[in-house]
Amino acid sequence: MAKRTKGSKRIAGRGERVAVVKTFKMFVGGAFVRSESGHTLPCTDASGAHVANVARASRKDLRDAVGAARGALGGWSKRSAFNRGQIAFRIAEMLEDRRSMVEARLVDVVGLDPDDAAAEVSSAVDRAFWYAGWCDKFAQVLGGVNPVASPYFDFTLPEPVGVVFAAPSRRSPLVGLVTAIACAIAAGNTCIVVVEPKHALVAVDFAEVLATSDVPGGVVNVLTGHRDELVPHVGSHYGIDGVAWYGAADAAFATLERLAADSVKRVHRLDDRGAASWRREHGKSLAWLERHVEWKTAWHPIGT
Amino acid sequence: MDPETAAETAEAGHANGRATPSRESVRQLLFGDRWDYAPAPESTAHVRWAKRYGHFIDGAFVDGTDHFASINPATEEVVARFATADRKVVNRAVAAARRAYEKRWQPLSGAERGTFLYRIGRIIQERARELAILESIDNGKPIRESRDVDVPLVAAHFLYYAGWADKLDCAFPGAKVRSLGVAGQVIPWNFPLLMAAWKIAPALAAGNTVVLKPAETSPLTAMRLAEIFDEAGLPPGVVNIVNGAGDTGAMLVAHKDVDKVAFTGSTEVGKSIQRALAGSGKRLTLELGGKGANIVFDDAPIDQAVEGIVSGIFFNQGHVCCAGSRLLVQESIVDTVIEKLLDRIATLRVGDPLDKNTDVGAIHSRVQLDKIEELVQSGVDEGARMHRPACRLPDRGFFFAPTVFTDVAQSHRIAQEEIFGPVLSVLTFRTPEEAIAKANNTPYGLSAGIWSDKGSKLFKIAGALKAGVVWGNTYNQFDPASPFGGYRESGFGREGGLHGLLPYLEVR
Repeated sequence: MAKRTKGSKRIAGRGERVAVVKTFKMFVGGAFVRSESGHTLPCTDASGAHVANVARASRKDLRDAVGAARGALGGWSKRSAFNRGQIAFRIAEMLEDRRSMVEARLVDVVGLDPDDAAAEVSSAVDRAFWYAGWCDKFAQVLGGVNPVASPYFDFTLPEPVGVVFAAPSRRSPLVGLVTAIACAIAAGNTCIVVVEPKHALVAVDFAEVLATSDVPGGVVNVLTGHRDELVPHVGSHYGIDGVAWYGAADAAFATLERLAADSVKRVHRLDDRGAASWRREHGKSLAWLERHVEWKTAWHPIGT
Repeated sequence: MDPETAAETAEAGHANGRATPSRESVRQLLFGDRWDYAPAPESTAHVRWAKRYGHFIDGAFVDGTDHFASINPATEEVVARFATADRKVVNRAVAAARRAYEKRWQPLSGAERGTFLYRIGRIIQERARELAILESIDNGKPIRESRDVDVPLVAAHFLYYAGWADKLDCAFPGAKVRSLGVAGQVIPWNFPLLMAAWKIAPALAAGNTVVLKPAETSPLTAMRLAEIFDEAGLPPGVVNIVNGAGDTGAMLVAHKDVDKVAFTGSTEVGKSIQRALAGSGKRLTLELGGKGANIVFDDAPIDQAVEGIVSGIFFNQGHVCCAGSRLLVQESIVDTVIEKLLDRIATLRVGDPLDKNTDVGAIHSRVQLDKIEELVQSGVDEGARMHRPACRLPDRGFFFAPTVFTDVAQSHRIAQEEIFGPVLSVLTFRTPEEAIAKANNTPYGLSAGIWSDKGSKLFKIAGALKAGVVWGNTYNQFDPASPFGGYRESGFGREGGLHGLLPYLEVR
């Protein structure tokens, strides 16, 4: 078998084809973009060998992503739940279809053995599929009619929080990322994720899945870079309504929470676990989806 | 008539609180100064309270130091003096709550916990009138409201959550739930008993224990509630109440052995609590300020809408976080709505909170009155037009006549800032889209009202408003079964209903 055209093989061996290598760009507003800053971070494989350079998201990149996410929010949240579900299911379809590419990346770059890589992708597809199904169901399970003691029809429905920033798992290369995105967008939010160099190439592959899944531009924005570097900007940006921080370090998270108070952001610190745990059940949770909703209670008199 | 109390309005016809005679389209009830209402004071003879209070810790009323006075805002007389809890007292209260959590409250079954809540609810019903009178004395709200709204809702809240205590496993199917531990709760002065009930009942039902800090200007009824807990046989330490001002509250919420913090109050203080708790791992819910939009469309039932506008902004002197303080009226009907509104306001009786005929009671404190006056002055200075009915305000006490501003621009402070008083700002709109944009044009997102006879319009607007509670063809309705809370800078978390359990449980 010919050597995989992984990013690091810029110079092929004698007699081999000189591969055209991919530039791993970020995914913002439905387009693949480089960092406005021009900065990149080296991405290495499990052995430490250089594989590719990924964009190092700057404050301006974050702001662009927030702009894109906010612009997409009205359209995404107002779509029918059925239609959101159709698009979310399509993500699972496209990931399944492109699994060989993603599996190869998990083996070559992240360093998983092939069985693990296959399990990781299968689980990620299943996770996307699981959350997709919630799109047109969670409102019934989480909301309801309130039996008030007066002649009013009173009901409570979940609505999206708005623009959600997620820092996905550092331990689960794909399932953690898919979970972070899926539970935000299933609830009708638009989201921004930042993925660190270790898993950045997998994330960019997944962004390509998103780009071909009829997900409207701006609904999911994938940045690559250092998440702790973006903490001050995420915390203080008034265009971000909710934050889901998976496996936060204490100091960075405290800073984030302190800054988030200025705009009364909803900040959630969610458990990170080992990749195997993510593959099984971790993150498959209606309670996580619930963290990305607001409750609206509406009253109307009953009479003639 | 005293010029101080005469109607203040730019419209000449409104002097003496009567509508312009030329307006033949509107039929009016001309009360004006034709007669006075005979006083109908609620008897306070049977209600006793102490001159000094300390704190309620570990099931006992304990003495304290550094007493401050709580004032009856209608008379400016001292109601009682209350101790200030310092760090040592807060430590004792939290330690008592922790012990009670581990040794007394957790070991009980849900059914047993529920029975205690049920007992509390029943005793509140039995002692309802006494509680209502004390609430009106210490807070300044009309007895009609404390008797008919606050206290019945307080009892109902305990009774409602009593029934949840043994059904937590069914509350969130498929999930495992667990109590959090000790809840530190800080409540405001506008609904002293009701806020205590909103905080304590779900916390206890979910299996937590509580340290509550009432507002320093309205602490009386919380101490009466403590007596009721005692009477109900609630195990010592399950609810502890510490008195004091902001410093005490800050110590409580930052206490390292408090697992969950719940705060109702201003957005400013809420933000400072969120900041202070950063990195602590404590669970937090905030119920903060608002600048509720009450939207009246041209197809609304106008007479009903006028009633809703009045209850939206003048209920509890406008000391309501979800008050409909911004009236958005469709341009084509604005003249009619304002006419009817001013006529209706002219019939409001402002005065003695303990008089059963009083509609608008006393402004809660001198500080609040000053704040209202300052913001009203800013409205005048910024060019809005002020309307005020003729009403004789009592000589003593803190009172403020119902006030309506027209010609208000969105940039005016009275359209942006929470006044927390009986002051309504009227803005207009032409299209539903404009109404939505204006309604959402604040950092808040607590409440909104919509008045229209068209169902499809109600649903569309209700969906587009960034508000946690939306009232369609009604306003200021509350029920223990109905989740209440805000979007955006009005806070997070819900109180009431099934959703009101979430802040007090770990759901996995």
